[in-house]
Amino acid sequence: MTSVENTCAVRMEEVTKTFGSVTANDRVTLEIRKGEILSLLGENGSGKTTLMNMLAGIYFPDSGRIYVNGKEATIASPRDAFAHGIGMIHQHFKLVNVLSAAENVVLGLEGGVFLDIREVSRRIREIAGQYGFAVDPAKKVYDMSVSEKQTLEIIKLLYRGADILILDEPTAVLTPQETEKLFDVLRRMKKDGKAIVIITHKLHEVMELADRVAVLRRGEFVGEMKVSETDTAAMTNMMVGRQISLNIERSEPRDPKPRLAITGLTVVDGEGVTKLDHVSFTAMGGEILGIAGVAGSGQKELLEAVAGLCPIKEGKILYTPEGKEPSDLVGKTPMQIKDAGVAMAFVPEDRLGMGLVGGMGMVGNMMLRSWREGGGIFVRHRNPGALAKTVMDELEVVTPDVNYPVRRLSGGNVQKVLVGREIATAPSVLMSAYAVRGLDINTSYTIYNLMNQQKEKGVAVIFVGEDLDVLLELCDRILVLYDGRVSGIVNAREVAKEEVGLMMTRLGKGENADA
Amino acid sequence: MHERKQPIFHLVKRGELSSKYALLIRLASILAALLAGALIFLLLGSNPIRAYGEILAGSLGRESARQRVINIAVPLLGTALAIAPCFRMKFWNIGAEGQITAGAVGATYFALTFGGKYGIFEGKEPSLLLLLMMALGAMICGAFWALIPAFFHAKWGTNETLFTLMLNYIAIGIVKWLQGGPWEGKPGSQIIPNFHASALLPKVFGVHIGWILVLLLTVLIFVYMRYTKHGYEIAVLGESMNTARYAGMNVAWITIRTMLLSGAIAGLVGFMIVSGANKTLYFGVAGGVGFTAITVAWLAQLNPFAMIVISLMLAVLEKGAGNLETVMGIPTSIADIITGVILLFMLASEFFVRYRVALGSRGLDWVRWDEGKAGVAGKEEAE
Repeated sequence: MTSVENTCAVRMEEVTKTFGSVTANDRVTLEIRKGEILSLLGENGSGKTTLMNMLAGIYFPDSGRIYVNGKEATIASPRDAFAHGIGMIHQHFKLVNVLSAAENVVLGLEGGVFLDIREVSRRIREIAGQYGFAVDPAKKVYDMSVSEKQTLEIIKLLYRGADILILDEPTAVLTPQETEKLFDVLRRMKKDGKAIVIITHKLHEVMELADRVAVLRRGEFVGEMKVSETDTAAMTNMMVGRQISLNIERSEPRDPKPRLAITGLTVVDGEGVTKLDHVSFTAMGGEILGIAGVAGSGQKELLEAVAGLCPIKEGKILYTPEGKEPSDLVGKTPMQIKDAGVAMAFVPEDRLGMGLVGGMGMVGNMMLRSWREGGGIFVRHRNPGALAKTVMDELEVVTPDVNYPVRRLSGGNVQKVLVGREIATAPSVLMSAYAVRGLDINTSYTIYNLMNQQKEKGVAVIFVGEDLDVLLELCDRILVLYDGRVSGIVNAREVAKEEVGLMMTRLGKGENADA
Repeated sequence: MHERKQPIFHLVKRGELSSKYALLIRLASILAALLAGALIFLLLGSNPIRAYGEILAGSLGRESARQRVINIAVPLLGTALAIAPCFRMKFWNIGAEGQITAGAVGATYFALTFGGKYGIFEGKEPSLLLLLMMALGAMICGAFWALIPAFFHAKWGTNETLFTLMLNYIAIGIVKWLQGGPWEGKPGSQIIPNFHASALLPKVFGVHIGWILVLLLTVLIFVYMRYTKHGYEIAVLGESMNTARYAGMNVAWITIRTMLLSGAIAGLVGFMIVSGANKTLYFGVAGGVGFTAITVAWLAQLNPFAMIVISLMLAVLEKGAGNLETVMGIPTSIADIITGVILLFMLASEFFVRYRVALGSRGLDWVRWDEGKAGVAGKEEAE
């Protein structure tokens, strides 16, 4: 063997994976090398996680070849992946809460009947010492912080002898200090000759940590660069690609008035992680405000906080109805918000898990907004029934019957049911999260048109999106979130795509991360 | 490129299944169960046809047997109705046993305190006033017993399954203590005296009036679950807590309210048992009804009217099984095994209503298609 072959740990050749009509990875060729940290970069939905899941044995490629240490390998299960020394740390940890660190490490390993937990603990300490982890083998997982759980996941892989480690957005859940510690550990593992892949969309982390960066866009491999020979601007360009014209209609806002004024909105989740950090902006009636940002930058929390579904630590949400005094929505339940006369429509990201009841038909789902109406103990079926028919006709929902469970409808039809119902409430604020995700072109344009119609009616539309091309053509202004903070608010008619892309990956326009 | 490993057979989730076909599968399962039961009789050296005949003869042959069947079915049906709203909400209340017992204690308190006393309750006829007091007491006690786990679940997210299960044993323990202590009849007997005639449910067609009550209740629960705002809230919450919150529903209150209702109905069943069937209270008052009712509710797919059929069927099996021993010398334990087999087959049929076994590559295509959908959903989740 030559030395070149020796440094190549994994080679994926022409790997393709499709899910139904969606192509998640299209003939991707990628090399992972020993003693190197490779950063896999790409926008949401560009296929990074899917690609790595095929190495980890979660998915099996439709076509293509995978070579591990120069030999062709079949990875059909996580067990196969381990046998090849490949381990992956997923965004959602796979640990058993009631067990200790040591017990989690040996869980699922073959061995004798008796478990020598002392020996396991000793090995764990040895691994921890080698790479500079802090870990207590006897500590129960439920007592651990997010960072400790992540450390445990890494140790679990090392214990099993993994020398190819894949980390899926490892820093998304960490504080800056914890991130630093993790990076130190990863650098030590690299020195030790391990091959490391980190999936990320934070450019400064790529610059700080990685040796090489490979970029995916819409499931395709775009290119790779040595980090020492590139800068964030070049990476952003590769990541977002050239601007594509979509020809979405956009009218000039007529007489925009402040509708929703949000100041200093801060949300902290149950784990104590700050999800929104003093977010301030104003949504205008008669305008579409786009919200851009990499996944998990606080989009979900922002919409849910406004809808009264997420506890707010501090801040103000002032709602100003047409020609009336503003009122603060903070601390109100969704019912109280409705009773206060706020016509708020909300198309959440999780359509069947939050916006709709999957097991019910269109009629039952229309009732979700009107079930309290009318006196007495009985629900009124007549109005929701009529509404279901209207939505079905106007939005051309394909369903055998208005009582056919919406779970069984196609994704586009599900979304039409949801959006149709929300618009039927005659809202003054319409919030939508990833409204066109997974939809075909025609349905997507139907949704864009509906958003535009609402805007022309004077509704304040808030459109959380992931496709920058759509945001740039549909919205009037774009608010960019980065790590729970407002990175900037720009005019969608004037801003360049690269600029938004850059704002998504670091704070503020002026801040210099290129150094 | 290597071939994908091909399993010999695998399971595929069915799409829409016509209700006719689903019914066919369920009927086939009952037939299969009877055949499996026949096999057991054959192994024991008995004639299966005669054995099944004796089960029917023993349960439906004589009027007194038929009355006994109804007596068994009434608490089963009532309890299945009680737990149905909880199960629709995906709140796994397996504490009906304890709620029945608590209700029985409540009813017994009034029966012992007022029955045969204070002039107005001294008559030989059932007293409507006293029975109403007993029913109310039973409902309050049952509801209270259900409130405890519901409150802790709503407030601190405790596990309702374990909580309701443990409360069963506490309720039974309380009755044991009452039997040997404050309510003991003859000193040392460990038995609570029989209720006075004024505290007994009147009979209609030879069976205590409880059967009319549960039939009434069947209609009420059907309407409640299908046509009321409460029923809608329960259905939404059962599908997704996030959707319920999104729709502005008060999740904690709905949970507590539904459990209160469930406990009250279970308590009422406890009242019917002590006042109608047993005429006294002892620690085995619920006698497993709370658990068998789960099977009834589940087999009936939470449909109240289907529960009538299922509870009657189970009652026929139970009563008829007793007859096997006396007539054919087959131990009742064998009858229990056969009852178990039949239940197992019926529950398994629900599996085949939802899945089908696929062979060969045609099935695999279906898997790919399903996988694709799951994959996209999974992707959305990861993003």
